[in-house]
Amino acid sequence: MINRAELLRFFATKITDEIVVATYSSASDWINIADRPLNYFSAGAMGLASSHALGLALARPERRVIVLDGDGSLLMNLGSLVTIAKMAPTNLTHFVFKNGSYEANGGHPIPNAGTDFAGIARSSGIAKSSTIHTLDDFKAKANYFLTEPGPVFCCLDIEQGPLGKREYAYMYRPEQRQALRDALAAGKP
Amino acid sequence: MATAGEAATAPLQKLHGANIIAAIKQSGVDHILSVPDLHTSQGVLRPISTDNHLKLIRVCKEDECIGIAAGLTYGNIRSLVLIQYTGFLYAINAIRGVACEQNMPICLMIGLLQKEPGVLPQNSKRFGLRIVEPMLDTLGIPHTHIETDDDVERIAPAIEHAYKHSHPTAILIGGRAI
Repeated sequence: MINRAELLRFFATKITDEIVVATYSSASDWINIADRPLNYFSAGAMGLASSHALGLALARPERRVIVLDGDGSLLMNLGSLVTIAKMAPTNLTHFVFKNGSYEANGGHPIPNAGTDFAGIARSSGIAKSSTIHTLDDFKAKANYFLTEPGPVFCCLDIEQGPLGKREYAYMYRPEQRQALRDALAAGKP
Repeated sequence: MATAGEAATAPLQKLHGANIIAAIKQSGVDHILSVPDLHTSQGVLRPISTDNHLKLIRVCKEDECIGIAAGLTYGNIRSLVLIQYTGFLYAINAIRGVACEQNMPICLMIGLLQKEPGVLPQNSKRFGLRIVEPMLDTLGIPHTHIETDDDVERIAPAIEHAYKHSHPTAILIGGRAI
């Protein structure tokens, strides 16, 4: 199993001008590691990160869009995998952090922790779907996830993280969204 | 020939899908996000699906539309969410969280399936239809009701205002578009 924060710290060294769409626990870790204008925090309704990301990917084809999703979140929007497969944005990489729980909602288990998310993604039509169990394996494939024509889907088998305080008000502030718009308009990394 | 009974239940004026689509294009919208709505299926969605100037994104559930539409705004792409009123009711939390609380220009075109011709939604015999406008009012979403071709001229300004001032809007399709 992978420690999510460790993985994200490594991942932060690899990214440049990608838009990162993060939600709930992964967003909490990510903003502490890489607080940057090109972050987009999926707010307002749990499960929609992949849909926000699809819109961004279609709107900004010149940018890679990376989704940091959760297993509990994706379960609320499994249909988005079918939509993404059909639209087939080549600039979209969808990570799902799988810890088998609704971590942000108190750590309760998802209905079936044995769910094969990569299998669901593949069956939905996203051929480039995989599961990664170790940080070393992720490190070995990080460049693939950033450069392979998408859509690319990867389920990351992670440990449950701390049920700590979430800085949602900071993540979801309007200034964050405006910073993203400004960065995109300016073409900044 | 129609019988007297048939004539009495027929709408006095028609609503043409072609006019709705022209108004959509006039507003600068070029992406349509939709879950099929029986009410607008033949008159609006079917011709959109073969229109080379409108990109149709078919989704599985209505709240997907809200996330996608929000993401599209980051490329200055105007979109329209074409759904049935039941789908609107389903997606209210996404609309609340993304469109309302973030002041996003999410434009909803909502088919009022089985609304009686010429009857205002609030006067419908159907509970689900009667609550649509009060829900929109509660959410603070401006809305307009399109019953006949005479009403279509309100579509483009509503969308234009939503994008100019960054707020959601709803266009209720009450007449059965042909």
